[in-house]
Amino acid sequence: MAKIDFSDGNAVVIIGSGAGGGTLAHELTRRGIKVVLLEAGKRQSLESFSQVPGEAFAQLTWLDPRTQSGDWRGARDFPPLPVWHCKTVGGTTVHWTAAAPRLQPWELRAKSIYGNVAGASLIDWPLSYAELEKYYEIAETRLGVTRRNGIPGLPASNNFKVMYAGAKKLGYKQVHTGHMAINSRSYDGRAFCIQQGFCIQGCKMGAKWSTLYTEIPSAEATGNLDLRIESTATRIEHGEDGRVNAVIYHDSQGREQRQKARLVCVAGNAVETARLLLLSESSKFPQGLANSSGQVGRNYCHHITGSVWAIFDKPIYSWRGATLAGVVEDEVVNQPERGFVGGYRMELLTLDLPTLPLVGLPYGWGRDFASIMENYRNLAGMFINGEDMPRSDNRITLNSNVKDAFGLPVANVHVDEHSNDQAMRKHAKGQMAKMYEAIGAQRVIPGPTPPATHNMCTARMSADPKDGVTNAWGQTHDIKNLFVSDGSVLTTPGAANPTLTIVALALRQAEHISGEMKAGKV
Amino acid sequence: MTLPRREFLKATSGLLTGLVVAGSPLALIARGPVWAVDLTVFTSSEAATLMIVARTIIPHDKLDDAAYALVIQAIDRDAANDETVRKMMKSGIAGLGSGFTGKPESDRVEILKEVEPSEFFQTMRLKTIQVLYTTPMAYAYFGYEGEAFSKGGYLTRGFNDLRWLPEVPLDDSGPMPL
Ligand SMILES: Cc1cc2nc3c(=O)[nH]c(=O)nc-3n(C[C@H](O)[C@H](O)[C@H](O)COP(=O)(O)OP(=O)(O)OC[C@H]3O[C@@H](n4cnc5c(N)ncnc54)[C@H](O)[C@@H]3O)c2cc1C
Ligand code: SF4
Repeated sequence: MAKIDFSDGNAVVIIGSGAGGGTLAHELTRRGIKVVLLEAGKRQSLESFSQVPGEAFAQLTWLDPRTQSGDWRGARDFPPLPVWHCKTVGGTTVHWTAAAPRLQPWELRAKSIYGNVAGASLIDWPLSYAELEKYYEIAETRLGVTRRNGIPGLPASNNFKVMYAGAKKLGYKQVHTGHMAINSRSYDGRAFCIQQGFCIQGCKMGAKWSTLYTEIPSAEATGNLDLRIESTATRIEHGEDGRVNAVIYHDSQGREQRQKARLVCVAGNAVETARLLLLSESSKFPQGLANSSGQVGRNYCHHITGSVWAIFDKPIYSWRGATLAGVVEDEVVNQPERGFVGGYRMELLTLDLPTLPLVGLPYGWGRDFASIMENYRNLAGMFINGEDMPRSDNRITLNSNVKDAFGLPVANVHVDEHSNDQAMRKHAKGQMAKMYEAIGAQRVIPGPTPPATHNMCTARMSADPKDGVTNAWGQTHDIKNLFVSDGSVLTTPGAANPTLTIVALALRQAEHISGEMKAGKV
Repeated sequence: MTLPRREFLKATSGLLTGLVVAGSPLALIARGPVWAVDLTVFTSSEAATLMIVARTIIPHDKLDDAAYALVIQAIDRDAANDETVRKMMKSGIAGLGSGFTGKPESDRVEILKEVEPSEFFQTMRLKTIQVLYTTPMAYAYFGYEGEAFSKGGYLTRGFNDLRWLPEVPLDDSGPMPL
């Protein structure tokens, strides 16, 4: 591992080691670029992952304070936890359940296809699908995505058999065990999936792709990476020329450090990324960095989600098997006749016994609540992952009333749901219920909207600098040597789980950065 | 969970006890024929009331008392660490009125509905759900097999053993890796 000097003004500093930051670190270091990778969390390993659900949550999750507001259900049901992501080396790719679908070509043209949707701040992506597709192909090879490049699908679990039978009864055609970044056979030096169903707790087999044990060790092997764990960036500094030149962070000993930088890439997951840009305000940039458009933190999207459970009269043991390995893709179409624009996926879901009643079931108590749990063995589950509408006022702001451990204002997450979101959720939950009823479910239980696991669009790519924060390479419109490299840059969310797209964009960004550096432009 | 011992009794304010049923999951972890959960804040009678509150909020009739006792112990620990929690819990218990524990379930539900918005009730509900389902007693009761890494996963241990629905064609699933 490289040891890069604090005063080395040639270093690229990447903040966050998750899907975006971890991938970018590998891509830059393998091109010979020196990288300081700052990660707020600790480093775990296949050996250290806890297999006790509550412990695993505490070991991996970002639990620093945040606040939230708005009319969405999460604000009522889970007040302290508006979003759910990791704080650990590898970021949320340690928690993720590894569904890795692509966006559809038309989803990159949301504004053109959906037209003017009142109360939404839609725009088209500044890059074409053909351009993105090249990087999807590299990303799929990198992640070993199933059902691509001749890699077989995962075998069907009990929970998926139920989903499949119901979907087929309703006439759905695109139903399979998913495009998963989980090894259906050994791949890239990693083991195959043994269907232990602890994907969220950290996959002890390493069968699930995570930057923790793929991109980051590869980056370390180049000798160009200086990974600093338990190091939280609190401010990005700039010079008179308006270019960023250093990152201030708190290290593992609680000391404040200043790392000089030639170029800075922010990849702290959409909420923290926006917060850090806002926290870095200065007399030159009083609204925060890269925020002359006022768009930093706005247009926050988190997908329409929500589970549906069904009780059958026979056992399913849904907890056995990969958490999310199953999908119905027929509804990923834009058919305004359904009462909303945009599409949605229905994806398999199971939750372990301790977690199900906490985040999977609607608020309740007494005999009824207990009776659902009594049927835990006989429970099947799935959830919706649908495109939500960007709204200008759904945004991340700084809340000065609440401070973090460093005395800095925390992020407030504000979400008022668009009527399109509500119509889509209703439709999806109806379809999921019909699937289960068609094969004899005794009872269908719609779950709540859980804390947001997909956080996107808070520094979105835009063709017009007025509409967003970054250009088609995640380079901020305002500051040439400041990049955003995580889910924040997605222009619109589409209906695809975001990580494959984040990785594809990071691969593309790395090419661009190294080209610009060679050409002496940044 | 420990057996009652003299030195404990000195330091504790209350105690929840019960019998370990032979062959139950508890028998595997308990060190004797009796289980006891020591408390530092609640008296035995307050703890007994909380047990009934927990059992009314999440009623699994056949689930061992010991699982619920661990819920009460967790709340007791919170109350020991935080004076405001202690006060809130004590006044919550008092607010249930006398004779709560002896009332039929329907009456207890009515009383709890009245205090449902209170911090006391919400704490009881959340803690019960948080702790109850993590206990070995609950795992056994609900048939939940838990982590499987140490046993080689569920790949050869029933992840696809469901037979009451048609099998998924190979094209839409995938081959076994073994
Ligand atoms: C339970 C769960 C299941 C999921 N399942 C799927 C799925 O099936 N498919 C899918 O596509 N997506 C899934 N996701 C979402 C996916 O994990 C995220 O979309 C993805 O990891 C986001 O990548 P990122 O680079 O934006 O951020 P992350 O991967 O979250 O990485 C951000 C990192 O930055 C660090 N950081 C933040 N601020 C700072 C700072 N100031 N200084 C230093 N470090 C900082 C954080 O600690 C974190 O480690 C899931 C998420 C969860 C929680
Ligand atoms: S089900 Fe597969 S991917 Fe998930 S934790 Fe187990 S081995 Fe890993």
